[in-house]
Amino acid sequence: MMPADPGPSASSRQADLILKVENLTKVFPVSRGILGALRRQPQQWVHAVDGVSFQLGRGEILALVGESGCGKTTTALTLMGLEKSDGGRICFNGQDVTHLGERRRRAATPSMAAVDGQDYRREPSVSPDLTVKRMRRQMQMVFQDPYESLNPRTTVFETVAEPLQVHGLAGTRAEMVKAVCQSLTDAGLNPPEAFLDRRPHELSGGQRQRVVIASALVLEPSLLIADEPVSMLDVSIRAEILNLLDALRRERGISILCITHDLGTAAYFTDRIAVMYLGRIVEIGPTRAVLAAPKHPYTQALLSVIPVPNPRLRRQRTILHGETPNPVSLPTGCRFHPRCPQAIEDCRLTDPRLEPLQPGWQVACIRVP
Amino acid sequence: MLLPEPPLLEVRRLSTNFETEEGTFKAVEDLSFELQTGESLGLVGESGCGKTTAMLSLLRLLPAAGRIVSGEIRLAGQNLLELDEAQMRQVRWRQISMVFQGAMNAFNPVRTIGHQIGEALVLHAMAPSLDAARPRVIELLEMVGIPGSRETLYPHQCSGGMRQRAMIAMALACGPQLIIADEPTTALDVMIQAQILELLEGLQANLGLSIIFVTHDLSIVAEVCHRVLVMYGGVLAEYCDVDTIFNNARHPYTRRLLAAFPDLSRPTGRLISIPGHPPRLNDLPPGCRFAARCPLAFEPCFAEQPSPRLLEAGHWISCHLDRGEVA
Repeated sequence: MMPADPGPSASSRQADLILKVENLTKVFPVSRGILGALRRQPQQWVHAVDGVSFQLGRGEILALVGESGCGKTTTALTLMGLEKSDGGRICFNGQDVTHLGERRRRAATPSMAAVDGQDYRREPSVSPDLTVKRMRRQMQMVFQDPYESLNPRTTVFETVAEPLQVHGLAGTRAEMVKAVCQSLTDAGLNPPEAFLDRRPHELSGGQRQRVVIASALVLEPSLLIADEPVSMLDVSIRAEILNLLDALRRERGISILCITHDLGTAAYFTDRIAVMYLGRIVEIGPTRAVLAAPKHPYTQALLSVIPVPNPRLRRQRTILHGETPNPVSLPTGCRFHPRCPQAIEDCRLTDPRLEPLQPGWQVACIRVP
Repeated sequence: MLLPEPPLLEVRRLSTNFETEEGTFKAVEDLSFELQTGESLGLVGESGCGKTTAMLSLLRLLPAAGRIVSGEIRLAGQNLLELDEAQMRQVRWRQISMVFQGAMNAFNPVRTIGHQIGEALVLHAMAPSLDAARPRVIELLEMVGIPGSRETLYPHQCSGGMRQRAMIAMALACGPQLIIADEPTTALDVMIQAQILELLEGLQANLGLSIIFVTHDLSIVAEVCHRVLVMYGGVLAEYCDVDTIFNNARHPYTRRLLAAFPDLSRPTGRLISIPGHPPRLNDLPPGCRFAARCPLAFEPCFAEQPSPRLLEAGHWISCHLDRGEVA
């Protein structure tokens, strides 16, 4: 299921894959300031995503887990084409979308369109009609904070209908109302008519997040990228949103990439889990199996600090001290070794690769046999 | 509640209202609990259930519209509601201090963290000047695990976890007996959350502090608290020791809240959400405030508001169920 080194044409053969990411890299320049530039200080780079590879099957839910700053959101933004990758390959629906053209890119990122002249470059394998915009019709994102991601001055109808207008699928108003109502229903807002004219302040947190999901669903995407979909919500409504995402997968076969820092959330409804640390995936495998017996010391530590809601099951926590190192100057060898409770001398020298442990389960640690 | 030692903090039938143009909001009603020295209490509930209002009432720091309408708050035997403002100022920070929700983002960006902790010391007359406060500032920072040399850092140079530690150092500045931590880890990553909880547990053991954790996260409570008070719609729903809450909860709201929680120790279970919304506090139903969302509600629940009663030693509950019908 997870070949270590798939050939370039593997994605087209494997029709059951919706997304295949190979060696994705994204770096950001560190601001030197005017003085630094004048003194010709060397340009430094933040290695936000540093060689990430994974695959996502149709109708599958993959959790991308890690602490703040590990690169999980940058990975998502790069997949969406909101950031340009600096290396690697992204195959979506069997097509290479790494260097998609951005004709008629919307005003959202004018500065980027102005700087990157390479945007119009096309790989020969890409269909000439496919633009980032066309791709995004199939790949939608649900953002973290429904208190901030909704425009307070637009109604639910306007918010959910906007993607249709952006993609020129609007049609008549009656058709739009029908499509909007359908996706509100799919997002669990019943009856949909009651919500059309409401504004965000008239909605609860859970309802807001459902509106955000509805506006992602209205284009009928095949892949949803959910960035911390429940972290801003009260516990009592988290379950409904997670159950909704699970239902979307089961009933409509939508694939979901769920980005979260909460292993508890991931445990509940994801099929596979990828744990990221400092821009790399350190462990990826079936969620149940990984959480039952994590192999990478980082996954083990992360799991041990998840509070268990039962005082009788209080466990020994492995608290990693300090914080994630600066991704500008990465540690030598294994990038986790300075905080690793199990590090040995070799860990300072050898940078471990993701090695298969069992079918579908890979770990990047030299101490794991 | 039957412990022989007099509690450090005793809250009796506290009610706090907000008077607004849209009417009176009964944010806290008839709330009673107590706290022993060295104890940690978890105050749990959804957003808007009155947890923060109850805590601000303890400090008498309510916003202008808020009024404590009845009740008693005894700290070491002294009724805080009878003190005048000058006396109350002696209580705040010296006896009770609070780590406010999101306060780690409330540091002044143009002053160093050491300067700001020093300021708190000078303001509360714990030091004559900023210079004289420095040794204490360094001591406080080291107490929360920040090297003293970092006192010269500005807030933007600190990570979220470090700012939260500095905030805790500030709360400890005047040597309080009781710290109220309002969602102390909500915005933090799990690993940093574990670090902060470890820190608070350590401070509690070393300094004999009592801590009230205000949170919506029951699993944090399971890790660090001795007793738990679950609030719903401004009233006490259930109040007992932590083991009872997690293994023998009796209030339907508590049970539902527990079922809504991802539990890695039983990952096969399905999450159950609580349908509906908390009641509007200016338009309360006549009966139990949870009745509209309660799967077990029966007639009395819609007619009469249940008052807190003692189910068994140390286990309080506000619910019409279990009154003989369900044993």
